[in-house]
Amino acid sequence: MSAERTQGGSSAGSARAIDGGRFGRGAEPPSERKHEFSVVGRPLPKIDAWTKVTGETKYADDLVLPRMAHGKLLRSPHGHALIKRIDAARARALPGVYAAVTGADLPRVKFGILPVSQDEEVLCTEKVRMVGDAVAAVAAVDEETAERACRLIDVEYEPLPALMSIEESLAHPEIRIHEYGDGPNVHKSVALQFGDVEAAFAKADLVREDVFYYEGNTHLPMEQHAAVAHAGPDGKLTLWSSTQTPHYVHRVLAKALDMPAAHVRVVATPVGGGFGGKTDPFAHEIVACHLSRLTGRPVKIALTREEVFYAHRGRHPVLMWLKTGFTRQGDITGCHIKTWLDGGAYGSYGVASTFYTGVINPVTYKMPVYKFEGARVFTNKPPCGPKRGHGTPQPRFALEVQIDKAAEQLGLDPADMRRRIAAEPFTKTANHLTVTTTGLVECIDRVVEASGWRAKWRGWRFRAPASPAQPVLGEASEGAPEGGARRSEAPSEKKRGVGLACSAYLTGAGTAIYWNDMPHSGVLLRADRSGAVTILCGATDIGQGSDSILAYLPAEVLGIAPKDVHVHPADTSLTPVDLGSYSSRVTLMCGMAAIQAAERLKTVIAKAVAGKLEVGPGELVFRDGKVGAPEEWDKAVTFARAVELAEAMHGVLAFPGSYAPPKRAGKYKGGGVGPSPCYSYTACVVELTVDEETGEVELHDVWIAHDVGRALNPLLVEGQTEGSVYMGIGEALMEGQVFRKGVHKQPSMLDYKSPTTLEMPEVHTILVETDDPEGPFGAKEAGQGPLLPVPPAIANAIYHAVGVRCDEVPIAPEMILKGLERRRQGKAARVGPEKIPVFKFKEPLVVESAFGQPAEAIAVRPFQS
Amino acid sequence: MKTRISLTVNGETHEVLVPVHKTLLEVLREDLGLTGTKHGCELGECGTCTVLADGEPVLSCLALPVELAGCEITTVEGMARGGRLHPLQQAFAELGAAQCGYCTPGILLTAQALLADRPTPTRQEVKAALAGNLCRCTGYTKILDAVELAALRMTGGSRVGDRR
Amino acid sequence: MMRLPPFTYLAPRTLGDAATALAEHGRDAMVVAGGTDLYPNMKRLQFEPKVLVGLRGIRDLRGVRGSAREGLTIGAGTTLSAVAGHPEIAARYPALATAAGLVSSPQLRNMGTLGGNVCVDTRCNYYNQSHEWRKAVGFCMKKDGDICLVAPASPRCWAVSSSDTAPVLWSLGARVRLVAASGERTVEVSALYQDDGIAYLAKQPGEILTEILLPPADGWKSAYLKLRRRGSFDFPVLGVAVALRLEGARVGEARIVLGAVASTPRPADVAAAALVGERLTPELIARVADLAAGPSKPLDNTDFTHPYRKKMTRVFVARALRALAGLDGSGRPVEEVA
Repeated sequence: MSAERTQGGSSAGSARAIDGGRFGRGAEPPSERKHEFSVVGRPLPKIDAWTKVTGETKYADDLVLPRMAHGKLLRSPHGHALIKRIDAARARALPGVYAAVTGADLPRVKFGILPVSQDEEVLCTEKVRMVGDAVAAVAAVDEETAERACRLIDVEYEPLPALMSIEESLAHPEIRIHEYGDGPNVHKSVALQFGDVEAAFAKADLVREDVFYYEGNTHLPMEQHAAVAHAGPDGKLTLWSSTQTPHYVHRVLAKALDMPAAHVRVVATPVGGGFGGKTDPFAHEIVACHLSRLTGRPVKIALTREEVFYAHRGRHPVLMWLKTGFTRQGDITGCHIKTWLDGGAYGSYGVASTFYTGVINPVTYKMPVYKFEGARVFTNKPPCGPKRGHGTPQPRFALEVQIDKAAEQLGLDPADMRRRIAAEPFTKTANHLTVTTTGLVECIDRVVEASGWRAKWRGWRFRAPASPAQPVLGEASEGAPEGGARRSEAPSEKKRGVGLACSAYLTGAGTAIYWNDMPHSGVLLRADRSGAVTILCGATDIGQGSDSILAYLPAEVLGIAPKDVHVHPADTSLTPVDLGSYSSRVTLMCGMAAIQAAERLKTVIAKAVAGKLEVGPGELVFRDGKVGAPEEWDKAVTFARAVELAEAMHGVLAFPGSYAPPKRAGKYKGGGVGPSPCYSYTACVVELTVDEETGEVELHDVWIAHDVGRALNPLLVEGQTEGSVYMGIGEALMEGQVFRKGVHKQPSMLDYKSPTTLEMPEVHTILVETDDPEGPFGAKEAGQGPLLPVPPAIANAIYHAVGVRCDEVPIAPEMILKGLERRRQGKAARVGPEKIPVFKFKEPLVVESAFGQPAEAIAVRPFQS
Repeated sequence: MKTRISLTVNGETHEVLVPVHKTLLEVLREDLGLTGTKHGCELGECGTCTVLADGEPVLSCLALPVELAGCEITTVEGMARGGRLHPLQQAFAELGAAQCGYCTPGILLTAQALLADRPTPTRQEVKAALAGNLCRCTGYTKILDAVELAALRMTGGSRVGDRR
Repeated sequence: MMRLPPFTYLAPRTLGDAATALAEHGRDAMVVAGGTDLYPNMKRLQFEPKVLVGLRGIRDLRGVRGSAREGLTIGAGTTLSAVAGHPEIAARYPALATAAGLVSSPQLRNMGTLGGNVCVDTRCNYYNQSHEWRKAVGFCMKKDGDICLVAPASPRCWAVSSSDTAPVLWSLGARVRLVAASGERTVEVSALYQDDGIAYLAKQPGEILTEILLPPADGWKSAYLKLRRRGSFDFPVLGVAVALRLEGARVGEARIVLGAVASTPRPADVAAAALVGERLTPELIARVADLAAGPSKPLDNTDFTHPYRKKMTRVFVARALRALAGLDGSGRPVEEVA
């Protein structure tokens, strides 16, 4: 399909000379080599592609060990209840059952991914907080027996009222889901202010206040979570699990099982889809370990699809109030956002999620003044957490739809308006985040051009009589349609529209989950006399291709083929820690660590080869599996020979690489969430048809331009972009994690609506390269950012087609019909939330805005040399 | 109570002794060790467990071995022949059509059946044929591209240098 | 992994043996053809048969016989893919081919049979859930409980008829052959269903549906439209089947049958009667569509809201009639639709 890439680009800040430091000290090849990559930038197959297309890849549930038992969890049928009694005697008596346990059999500790939210029990002992909370577990000869045994466990509950919405939880402070937090049923409340937002509104020509709602949804990885535990006779424990964060699982296992961490090994198996859903440590992982220790057998626990819906940690439902001031020209004078997150029954990553609903918006556009208030509320539903875009798609939806509304009132082309207000490179935002490169302007230009935006936007625009509530301030950019099919030529009930939206996203969180000064990512690189290089790294491949990146980058540095690199990922006993596959951090952080280690190896090899060839180490070039001086290339030695020379001189060739992000956190409480080495930028145009009789939306084309810094492998970047578009479409039009009568309404693949091939439009991916100084060979993230602009671009296109504002997702057909009906009744054709909760945020922490301050081009980082 | 069943999988006949209520999915994975066949729901709602029965895509989670005696079953392990990958496998690897790879076996087999029936399908026909296979990673884009590339190669066409 | 509970599987080679086995095991037994409806329901413990009588080994149950001129006979064991792809069905009974081709997913249609779709269990999103889920919400009367969770004050079950082919077969005037150990009978499809979510089939437990008999196609045109969220997998939450026999430019006979808005396919007889003797003008179509929406009384137990499904009834009936009349959305003639 149509995918294109641009080099360098001419937009502001996009073209930067690459600092020689990245190529090492003293041994770097001639600087022009950076444009002659042998691996970087090439559309190579992933290194694991071959085992994936032949079915050889072993996912967690494919593992079978001798004498293995099968475990099953008994889950609560109540949303909120006290546990009065649990008796597993009948289960234990069932033939084929090896063990049946309750929370009383486990160490009495609570766990959770964030140190500040240690609120989960492995098996609930006193209270259940959601339908699906685990209360007991069985290990048996097979899965059927384990399931039968679970049904024989007697649990006596005393039901409590279940709180199923933000409003209910706030309205009933007397019913407490947890005893901790920032108020009754309030898990976390934050309030930050950067500059005087009221003064900013006073200066504005147009001030808009809008309320938006983004429904919760779930990751729905195709692979259900599974784990196999093996407690050996030596008292050591191994867990193979479908997890994105083996390091955090390692830490939690030691705590929850009260075992020395040194005796625990966690191996992340290839993950069959994650999207953030396998980023928390889960009860089934801990229980499998406990049951294995108890029975002396390996124990597998594989979740059913329904259980995956209860494990969840997906997108938070967020209600948002957004107030923004605009000048006549479209500049933003200031912005104030309030967010209410429905967190579900446990903390998970919720504190971070809460911050993320506020802190990333200022990265995209020039926002001199900014205020953010957010609150996460506990409810008796499966806990929400990080899903692709973690906390940011919701406020992104709000901001991009509001800008579309403002552009209309101001008589501006929404593409031109965004282009004008795009953030400047190498500056700080109001909330003290550092923007390095940004290709946003180029992204906008590219999608505008590729989609034929100008003609379509002017030609097809729905024109409602100007509503008195929304006076047009500027001159509407009318004008005859210049191209594209006129709407009237289509059948009368089918209306075509285009919509545009932009976004930015972080390339790795600047701080770890737990406070520490150690590397975020580490590798060990070993060269072999065979000429092979082995890289050990804690990173977890969840399909995004991190294993391949770990092969490509050393191959690039050392001039060998990716096939000559053996990658050993995600094994806590073998591999240096990588924090995990979340927050779009892996390519950048592991990549930088891998380059560092490879450069160290290269330096030693160069020294040895230089001695042999009697040239200076700086004259040597590593390429095509050889090392030599370019002018005497016939004397170049093979890489394997070079390794032998180096090993003879240096001893065993094994080098570490470490990466930690620059310390750029704002100097205020809460400043640790949001900083990132660099941010990716995206612009998206959607073209669709709305059926005015049925309200059905048909997507035709999506043009998406993504500033990825540098595409280390364009195939993988395109794949991440296309997958993000897909997930954004699902969230915009059909996916929703909704509840009724206290239970999940649709915990199945049939009823939770995931788009099929038939709903998927053609995606035209444009990769923009800005060569960021912070990234490996200039690369930024691609796994999450491209999701963000898709839902608002769809909402804006629907408005463009039929004049209905959908301030809520998912946008069901009946919502559009409701909007059309309202217009027929002479009311505003808007559907979305009508009110916000009664809630008093705490006094904001007032910090001076850092907007526009220059930011250093290259930051100092720990472990840099 | 177990039943002796003769199953022909990837050209090899296996005698298995299994309870009759064990689905083909379970027997393939647990009794024959063919874990290339994956599962996403076990209720016929995702297409992940697709295998071919006499060349037709069916869901192994809803099929009983006792009902398939005499059928020729093909799983992903049976696609490559004599160490050579099927053109679909080759194209999926080359174009990045497998991300997490979990839905890949079912999609490959569904596509294989399509190309056996229609060697040069239109993109819409490929979409229709794969409408029963959910993928959460790729947005299907590279999957459709890969099926088209394989079709071209299998019918003697070539797209080398056309795009990459 | 969700697994099947244990059962005994019988594989009779003849219809007679199957009917005998069914009679012998009484209420403990169920028949299975494609298994695409039965097995998921068994995994969720909605059905708990001790004995399954497999129909796959009975060759007579598969295949299409006869001609559209004299009427076609379709074996109940014919797969939905085979029905959808059958040239004569596609040409002469297009609504049936369309409906069969819209059932679930390609894989399901390769396995599922026409007889299975005609008999498909009624559905409800309080009922098509795992045992644990149903326990959490409180069981309903269709299985393990004693109230209807959609309409708690109601004495009956409101599970939804979710067959794509049933409303079409009804509109085409099809009949089905039912064979039991004690004998056989042929009934109109319109007499096969009853408006009760539990006892939705007017079929004795010992009877096996063996054949679907289509009347001669001459002079008839038919169309089927289906409402659902996605283009694949999803059951209908509204189905509209229309069959017309034209006499010149006027309608000679008409049948409109709605699917997925009640526990049975629901005929819109008043609307159909308003077509007879008339020309298919845009005005008439609008009036008939309004009338057809009358019998559409969905409840809140499927995807989409029930007011939306009701509202769409009018739109879909109008679209089906327009398609058969060769009119586009604005009432202008368009090219012939199959």
